[in-house]
Amino acid sequence: MRRTVNRIAHEIVERERDLSSLAIVGIRARGDALAKRLRDAIRANEGVEVPLGALDITLYRDDLTRVGYAPIVRETAIDFTVDDRVVVLVDDVLFTGRTVRAAMDALVDYGRPRAIRLAVLVDRGHRELPIRADFVGKNVPTSLGVDVRVRLVESDGRDEVEVVEMARV
Amino acid sequence: MKVTWSRRHVLETDDWSREEIEHVLDTADGMLEVLSRPIRRAPPLRGRTVILFFAEASTRTRVSFELAAKALSADVVNITATGSSVEKGESLLDTARTLEALGGDVLVIRHGSSGAPYFVAQRVGAAVINAGDGAHAHPTQGLVDAYTLRAKLGDLAGKRIVVVGDVLHSRVARSDINALVPLGARVTLSGPPTLLPAAWRCGDLPSGVACEPDVDRALDGADGVIALRLQRERQEAGLLPSIREYARTWGLTEPRVATMRPGAPVMHPGPMNEGVEIDAAVAHGARSLIEEQVTNGVAVRMALLYLLIAGGEPPATPPLTGVV
Repeated sequence: MRRTVNRIAHEIVERERDLSSLAIVGIRARGDALAKRLRDAIRANEGVEVPLGALDITLYRDDLTRVGYAPIVRETAIDFTVDDRVVVLVDDVLFTGRTVRAAMDALVDYGRPRAIRLAVLVDRGHRELPIRADFVGKNVPTSLGVDVRVRLVESDGRDEVEVVEMARV
Repeated sequence: MKVTWSRRHVLETDDWSREEIEHVLDTADGMLEVLSRPIRRAPPLRGRTVILFFAEASTRTRVSFELAAKALSADVVNITATGSSVEKGESLLDTARTLEALGGDVLVIRHGSSGAPYFVAQRVGAAVINAGDGAHAHPTQGLVDAYTLRAKLGDLAGKRIVVVGDVLHSRVARSDINALVPLGARVTLSGPPTLLPAAWRCGDLPSGVACEPDVDRALDGADGVIALRLQRERQEAGLLPSIREYARTWGLTEPRVATMRPGAPVMHPGPMNEGVEIDAAVAHGARSLIEEQVTNGVAVRMALLYLLIAGGEPPATPPLTGVV
């Protein structure tokens, strides 16, 4: 995982030559830890400090009334202006694309970024919206009956990606 | 982490658990962040209607609810007793049923009669929020005060908060007790003995609550104080010798609040009678959190609206059958 994050960091730098207008924003809960790792990798490789933010998308979900329960609303922490920046959104798993849709909605409430890019650790397919990732750690073809779980040292004590099969309900 | 939220109404927090109160306050943290953005609006209640039915005068509570609902993108309808069919003699229940039939998802009710929101909640399908019923309860203000104190003091366990003034007529005092005591705070009531409920004055107090009519002794070493409005409209019955005597004996003055712990905050639910229950120098001084109360009020009410409409049981996670 360390190598993968480092490679994504290099890809971001390669593509976005102008690091001064770059910002990295993680989607809570796992994306913000990954975003921090990307920021650290860019600092180690390039010696540039890229602003880091965290986004909570609970209030932007399109399934609030369908899932029938209220997920905990956590704070969004973006203490820089996103206007005219290239913002790289970071999440652990890209699946239906609905989380990313919500994150983009949330982000534009903070201003008008010059561009929004998407970096994910795992792309498992099955998109329901016309969304694709710009930077992918690993493509993992999956069936709909499985769940992809990313664990990180910061939140779970160890780094691993696990594909688990769910019982049919 | 998922927290189960099963409340359908917010009538009073007297039967709420510590976890439920903390869940509201934690949710309000996220809402306060929404209010600090360049665009102070998020979409979760889009297409929902919040009806504010205020049968009693109010500025800050009504505006606070309206801003809270709008910040979550709900539609808001305002109704007051004057100018509505209440003047033609429509009953409270008929009014409530009409408002529900018109598409209200949440009814926010303020009423001069204690228990009115309970009466409505039992008979309509919409969620009901009590925005103050008679001298009974004002649960959203209690939660706002708990939120404001927690933001200032951190964990409230063991903290001693003084509530001073007209406790007898105050729905805020009761709701403050019901929101603060479950969080571990101790509440000391102070004020003229004639304005303390008789049972409480005689020592039959709820747990976590103490009574100390001498305000100087009550404030000594306290962690915070909430001044209540002296409800002048109810002072005809000879409960007080005079407003001046009240101000001299129980008003919050600089020397008095200085006997609390260093930095201990001063709060007031508003509207204030400056120079009566609180001096202007205290109300606008360094310890005052009165403006924070107003700002936090919007965030806490956003949290309640959000939880009532979007709340429910967390979905069951399907059991796992093995690692692929």
